[in-house]
Amino acid sequence: MKVLVAVKRVVDYNVKVRAKADGTDVDLNNVKMSINPFCEIAVEEAVRLKEAGVATEVIAVSVGEKSCQEQIRTALALGADRGIQVETDGKVEPLVIAKLLKAVVDKEQPQLVILGKQSIDGDNNQTGQMLGALANMGQGTFASEIAVEGDKVNVIREIDGGLQTVSLSLPAIVTTDLRLNEPRYASLPNIMKAKKKQLDVYTPDDLGVAVTSHITQIKVEAPAERKAGITVKDVEELVDKLKNEAKIIS
Amino acid sequence: MAIDQTYPEIRAAVASLCSQYQGGYWRKMDAAKAYPTEFVQALTSAGFLATLIPENYGGAGLPLGAGCAVLEEVHRSGGNGAACHAQMYTMGTLLRHGSEEQKEQFLPAVAEGKLRLQTFAVTEPASGTDTSRIRTNAVRDGDDYVINGQKVFISRTEHSDLMILLVRTTPREQCVKHTDGMSVLLVDMREAVGNGLSISPIDTMMNHASTELFFDDLRVPVCNLIGEEGQGFKCILDGMNAERILIAAECIGDARWFTAKSAEYARERTVFDRPIGANQGIQFPIAKAHIQTEAAALMVQQAADLYDAGRSAGAEANMAKLLASEASWAAGDTCIQTHGGYGFAAEYDVERKFRETRLYQIAPISTNLILSYVATRELQLPRSF
Ligand SMILES: Cc1cc2nc3c(=O)[nH]c(=O)nc-3n(C[C@H](O)[C@H](O)[C@H](O)COP(=O)(O)OP(=O)(O)OC[C@H]3O[C@@H](n4cnc5c(N)ncnc54)[C@H](O)[C@@H]3O)c2cc1C
Ligand SMILES: Cc1cc2nc3c(=O)[nH]c(=O)nc-3n(C[C@H](O)[C@H](O)[C@H](O)COP(=O)(O)OP(=O)(O)OC[C@H]3O[C@@H](n4cnc5c(N)ncnc54)[C@H](O)[C@@H]3O)c2cc1C
Repeated sequence: MKVLVAVKRVVDYNVKVRAKADGTDVDLNNVKMSINPFCEIAVEEAVRLKEAGVATEVIAVSVGEKSCQEQIRTALALGADRGIQVETDGKVEPLVIAKLLKAVVDKEQPQLVILGKQSIDGDNNQTGQMLGALANMGQGTFASEIAVEGDKVNVIREIDGGLQTVSLSLPAIVTTDLRLNEPRYASLPNIMKAKKKQLDVYTPDDLGVAVTSHITQIKVEAPAERKAGITVKDVEELVDKLKNEAKIIS
Repeated sequence: MAIDQTYPEIRAAVASLCSQYQGGYWRKMDAAKAYPTEFVQALTSAGFLATLIPENYGGAGLPLGAGCAVLEEVHRSGGNGAACHAQMYTMGTLLRHGSEEQKEQFLPAVAEGKLRLQTFAVTEPASGTDTSRIRTNAVRDGDDYVINGQKVFISRTEHSDLMILLVRTTPREQCVKHTDGMSVLLVDMREAVGNGLSISPIDTMMNHASTELFFDDLRVPVCNLIGEEGQGFKCILDGMNAERILIAAECIGDARWFTAKSAEYARERTVFDRPIGANQGIQFPIAKAHIQTEAAALMVQQAADLYDAGRSAGAEANMAKLLASEASWAAGDTCIQTHGGYGFAAEYDVERKFRETRLYQIAPISTNLILSYVATRELQLPRSF
């Protein structure tokens, strides 16, 4: 069984992101970039499927500028077998990424596609779902456990207030939640091996997909700063302030 | 960073490994003066301590620059490589001067993590930095050398299987050159302890697993001599350059950690109604430490490049160590000052890193000795001693 995993290059989760002074975007100048944590979980799950003898090949695909090859290499060092980069310029919106991934799915015919439930830069939470629709595959999003059984994959989903188990016919789409697994770190021998693994580069043209944009980002701003708290004398003053200043009780 | 970082994929993997050993882990080790066994084990099994061991002996066969990237990241993450960095440079003495049998016997096991080669014993109480005056001596007796003497400040002996030991095999007075007549022996400490070697820990300012060694008729087989008898000083010299460059890289990691901490704290801490970082009295020292660090980092890079090109790197290795250890100290001092009282609170990790980074102006070679080397060797000034 072939497994396709999507990986995205994003701002490292440790970085405290700041908006640019002109408010057009977040400031990515001199900022550490890493593999999106949810994608890392996706890679880990695919590699575990391979180690368990369920998957035969794991392919890591990334849509982005040349620099995203670093994250593909990371996925290869974590155990993916080969990589595919779809080379694009600048920001690409979820629908276009989903269309490009659909073209890669057509080419590779994987039985299972694993993506992160969202990437921590745009927080869109759309790509997996859109890919499911475009590729006409069933989807199990927010997975906290998956098990392949015959031509089905059972996915335990994290939903509000509980868990839901769904069974999907393969080929299928799974998007990962935080608790699916704890990703390993790459070992030095595997980093060295990853350098020699195959990495193919396609352009959207090669895949017959037009990169168009339907979304314009108008403004990016930092959350409002929290004001310092105050100390009140007694319950009466507290109630008074909640009523008349904060106006959250009446 | 103005220039691209070397070995980004190695840095990312080391950073990810280190993220499992955060401040709390190191504080616990520090408070208990305990050896960070789990961390060293993780770094070993992920292959990072075998970065420099050639591929045919089971390592990654990467240049010194890659070792620098590994150790810099460990320190930049808030951790400390002192528990295990010696494996990287002591290995070089064995690799370059050992016989084929010795290399086959030890290097693959070291690369695999089955044997720990973490001890490099040179310093003695009476000789100090004046290495040619070491008194620990080895006398040939049949197929063995018999060793007597004492070493001090020898790190990690209780957490290493093998030791690279410098001894006198010919008294200094009988040698043409002071640095002749010394030899390098590879000691298997698993057999030696209790049979002529005893170890006693030294309590130090930071958690460093440093010890004192006493040799009392310790027998070491002659086949464990590395290189030629009497040529030991030469055998350890190029290893010392590697050591200085790697430790300079650790200092760069420390300095970058301090400066990142300072900047973050200065942006967030508000007194007198504004972030303290808005005051030039706070922001200028941070900027200065950053500039000092980046300049030192260039010298470390240059020294590593020369070393990797097989060119003589003595001056650059020394200058890199001096600049980097002073940069990390400046960054550490600034970090404490920026944190005000909180710089002294253990939970911020600043005071721990501050104590740890101070060492590198003394060990493995002190600043004065570097200045003297540059003055007399590079600038041909008259020797003062
Ligand atoms: C925590 C720790 C770990 C260590 N680990 C190891 C180890 O694993 N293996 C090992 O072999 N050693 C180790 N050392 C020893 C270290 O290398 C020495 O401490 C260092 O080389 C200085 O030697 P010394 O302490 O004898 O100082 P000394 O030689 O006594 O020097 C004292 C001071 O005098 C200065 N000085 C000396 N001579 C001159 C001169 N001619 N001109 C100007 N100034 C001079 C020095 O710069 C220094 O500041 C370690 C030390 C420490 C503290
Ligand atoms: C071991 C220890 C014992 C102590 N004992 C006592 C005690 O017994 N009683 C007590 O009351 N306190 C005590 N303190 C607290 C100590 O007095 C404060 O830590 C100190 O006054 C600094 O305050 P702060 O830590 O809040 O730093 P901050 O006020 O946050 O200052 C942080 C840094 O910013 C700088 N800074 C702040 N504002 C400006 C500005 N406008 N321009 C330029 N620079 C600025 C400061 O100089 C400092 O370097 C103790 C602290 C320690 C560490």
